[in-house]
Amino acid sequence: MAKGSKRTKHQKDVLKDWMKEQMAAPTFRPDLIKEQELYDQSAEFLGLFVDAAQSGNLTDIQAPEWTKVREMLAELSRSRAERGFTSSDTAIFVFSLKQPIFNRLRLEVGEDPDVFADEMWVATVLLDKLALYTAETYQKRREAVIMRQQQEILELSTPVVKLWEGILAVPMIGTLDSARTQVVMETLLKRIMETGSTIAIIDITGVPAVDTLVAQHLLKTVSAARLMGADCIISGISPQIAQTIVTLGVELADIITKATMADALSVAMERRGLSVVPAQ
Amino acid sequence: MERIPILKMGEFLLITIQVDMHDRLALALQDDLTERIIQTGARGVLIDISSLDVVDSFTGRLLGNIAAMSRLLDAETVVVGMQPAVAMTLVELGLSLEGVRTALNVEKGMEALKSSLEPGTKESKNGRGREKG
Repeated sequence: MAKGSKRTKHQKDVLKDWMKEQMAAPTFRPDLIKEQELYDQSAEFLGLFVDAAQSGNLTDIQAPEWTKVREMLAELSRSRAERGFTSSDTAIFVFSLKQPIFNRLRLEVGEDPDVFADEMWVATVLLDKLALYTAETYQKRREAVIMRQQQEILELSTPVVKLWEGILAVPMIGTLDSARTQVVMETLLKRIMETGSTIAIIDITGVPAVDTLVAQHLLKTVSAARLMGADCIISGISPQIAQTIVTLGVELADIITKATMADALSVAMERRGLSVVPAQ
Repeated sequence: MERIPILKMGEFLLITIQVDMHDRLALALQDDLTERIIQTGARGVLIDISSLDVVDSFTGRLLGNIAAMSRLLDAETVVVGMQPAVAMTLVELGLSLEGVRTALNVEKGMEALKSSLEPGTKESKNGRGREKG
């Protein structure tokens, strides 16, 4: 019992020092986190940390004894990543615990340099591992955000619009890679079936460069549309792209190509037997 | 043995494939069709594959062969109603069925056949053959 209360007292001292350390650090962000919240987080972490350390395993933080600590750190870095903390702000949370723990060690075993050095080493390695884990989780969280945004860009940048009864247009924007082409192909073919369109205009004004691979992707899309019974017109070919296509020796002979979307539309209308006449 | 029915509609033949094509069935279709074209003197063949979800390379090639054979017998072939997934698979397999006319549905395919049979109009509004557009 006496030992228990002693432990609690030490824990409180360390927590006080640690809080002081965190508040004084240049990475403390009072605009992003309140002192009370930081205190609660620190107290919770310290409690779990001490519990886990009691198990005697001070080297392997992947062990089941440390599961709770890991979960708590993961949650903490997740919430910090979302609030806009930097990765070092997040890692400092664990690193700043070093000073208070070293102070405590000095008080406890300071007289014996050998023991002190050993204990210091164990504590350093352990805290470094935990801090690294925190930084890693933080990074994973940020990566997940980037992945989600990529997916959104992919979906946003490939709309299929209906220009006229039976005429679809696909304004392509950005570099064409296999994944993008796949999405474009799928949406275009689906829309062809839904709308019963017989002509699709693929506009590549927004495509910065065309190489052999991109040309091959375009050809595949055109072939697939043709198999379904729709013709494709490629428009928006810039002078540079025309030059690259010829220099690379890419064969686009079977496909109708036009310089502008307007030209393509007039060809499409003509094919549908429509003509535009000026109003009276 | 099960067979795919071939329906006569005026001067065209209509084939609707509603079961999964296996190789023997496909070959039987090829036999039956060539025979029917001779018998009926059909000028056009419509193959509706809108209910096929899977087309393998054999079936894909066979469609191309049927079209070539029909052309020898003076009948134009139009493959209609190909599903997006099937179209993508065939393109990935390198089978873009050059020389086979295509249309979105039976109605459009019929129009395409009719307009190609009319004297003077080589190119139809819908569906495109070997000729350059």
